[in-house]
Amino acid sequence: MRGLKTIAGLAVAGCALALSWTAQAAEPVRIGAFLAVTGPASFLGEPEKKTLEMYVDRLNKQGGVQGRKIELTVYDDGGAPDKAATFAKRLIQSDNVDIIIGGTTTGTSMAAIKIVEPAGVPFISLAGGIDIIEPVKKWVFKTPHTDRMAAEKVFADLQKRGLTKVALISENAGFGKSGHDQSLKVAGNYGIEIVADEVYSPKDPDVTAQLTKIKNTPGVQAIFNFGFGQGPAIVTKNTKQLGITQPLYQSHGVASKDYIRLSGDAADGVRLPAAGLVIADQLAATDPQKPVVSAFKKEYEEAFKSEVSTFAGHAYDGLQMALAAIMRAGSSDKAKVRDEIEKTSGYVGTGGIVSMSPTDHMGLNLSAFHMVEIAKGDWKMVD
Amino acid sequence: MFESTLQFILAGLTSGAIYALVGLGFTIIYNASHVINFAQGEFIVIGGMSTVALTAAGLPLPLAIVLATVVTMVVGMALARFAIQPAKDADVVALIIITIGASIFLRGIVQLVFGKDIHSLPPFSGETPLNLMGATLMPQSLWVMGISAGLILVMAWFFNATLAGKAMLATAYNSLAARLMGVDTKWVLLSAFALSAFLGAVGGIVVTPITFVSYESGIMLGLKGFSAAVLGGLGNGIGAVAGGLILGVVEAMSAGYISSAYKDAIAFVIILVVLVARPNGLFGKKGIDRV
Repeated sequence: MRGLKTIAGLAVAGCALALSWTAQAAEPVRIGAFLAVTGPASFLGEPEKKTLEMYVDRLNKQGGVQGRKIELTVYDDGGAPDKAATFAKRLIQSDNVDIIIGGTTTGTSMAAIKIVEPAGVPFISLAGGIDIIEPVKKWVFKTPHTDRMAAEKVFADLQKRGLTKVALISENAGFGKSGHDQSLKVAGNYGIEIVADEVYSPKDPDVTAQLTKIKNTPGVQAIFNFGFGQGPAIVTKNTKQLGITQPLYQSHGVASKDYIRLSGDAADGVRLPAAGLVIADQLAATDPQKPVVSAFKKEYEEAFKSEVSTFAGHAYDGLQMALAAIMRAGSSDKAKVRDEIEKTSGYVGTGGIVSMSPTDHMGLNLSAFHMVEIAKGDWKMVD
Repeated sequence: MFESTLQFILAGLTSGAIYALVGLGFTIIYNASHVINFAQGEFIVIGGMSTVALTAAGLPLPLAIVLATVVTMVVGMALARFAIQPAKDADVVALIIITIGASIFLRGIVQLVFGKDIHSLPPFSGETPLNLMGATLMPQSLWVMGISAGLILVMAWFFNATLAGKAMLATAYNSLAARLMGVDTKWVLLSAFALSAFLGAVGGIVVTPITFVSYESGIMLGLKGFSAAVLGGLGNGIGAVAGGLILGVVEAMSAGYISSAYKDAIAFVIILVVLVARPNGLFGKKGIDRV
């Protein structure tokens, strides 16, 4: 009896040893993410999380990366910068991740940068703010377009239409505030003069007072609204209510069907810059982005039965670039992977064609945006 | 010049009527228990969201509105029964903190049940703006103002002319004495929450076509409504409405004539000034304890 026990014990020990051996032979690629899955930015963070999980799962079923499984760890920071910093620390110190994707908002990304830079872990942010990559930080990259690019795209379109006097109305918080500052900075480069500069709070029920002021400002040729969520829909409705006839421009922050749904008829004729993913079916057949965005849109919408958003696309791009870099590096050595991400060139993603360099850790240019106009409740590509 | 002044006033009245309607909701529970119910904003959201969900499910709008108010009232009563009543011996501050906790809990539930999207409802009488001497107003704003006015009348009648209303006031004033006089104070608390939820739901439904509704829109509406109620004098229906309208018009005037960047700050400064001069609000009575 005793002998049997010993044998059984040995067998168990042997099995454990064997298991640990195989585990060592194919150490997984560890990807960490901290996202705003709950909280005010949750409608960005949730699709990002779903996208990462879906594609990691899919890749693992296909055998992983170079025969190694991918292990994804996602934390919910609720959009709070202090939590983001804590989770970044935890990902690095106790989860031993090879690379971090995440930071749904600019605030959480900036907080995590303070942790990842000294630790030397490659970090791909999914947030829009230009501060993330300017000035360039060694370990930090990002996938989404910046608010400055959106402003530039709008001003370029205005210039083309010969409109130079613009009234700016923006949200006085986060996204709108940063967009407002960038708009003021680049307006001059396109010969645009900002003749009125109004703001509103994200949850204001009515902005007709601000729009009346704009309406009474002499010489206004177009209105540009920088905001996010419900505010832009209220601006759009109030513009129509006041009978303002100048063209209204919105930022890429509202490039979703929700904006059209909330604004109703008032959205007709509104122009905004949007990524290829938003108008996947309208892209020319020769557009290199067409197959990528069509496939992603189809896969996402089939899996989750909801409209694909550009935020999901940012997560997809981040994951793809990270894995491509790991494959090129031939290992998950952090320094090598970082170098390979920086060498990303001609990657066709949902956000545009990405070519990074030591001085550009985003790698997108204005061609990543299409100018779209809303007509009869749908997008119409202008260029 | 006159046109834009009028437009600023109309803009202010549109926002103000919304704040007023929300502010009214704080009145009943305050009158019945001296508790400021910080979950009032969530009643608004539940009313608005349920209506959106029910109409999306194919129900006609009037039926959806009735069902949504019933749903909200049930939530209100559950809040009273399971969160407030078990702690009935705690002091008012503790009860207020319980309502803050309840608001966070309800917000989470709404997010799980209805999702995170922002929703809207079609306006009750079309989207053609009304023209008033060159300034414009959406017909939905008139609905909001009209319903606020109607609710004040109903509330005035309820508290002054019905036994149930007087029982509520009596309970707030001295719950032990009220009980000795045969008032069922448990029932009073339950019905106060039900009525407040009803006001919240009605408010949520009429303002949704203007401000939209999402799981977190109750935070800001609740805060503005609370400011309106405090400005006018807590517990006073007319005060809440006047407070809301003043708050809205001050905001719009500041945005129009001074700077839109400072409109919220100016509104809060005015509230502070009023409260320093009249700590019980514009219409509030001085709290004297008679022996």
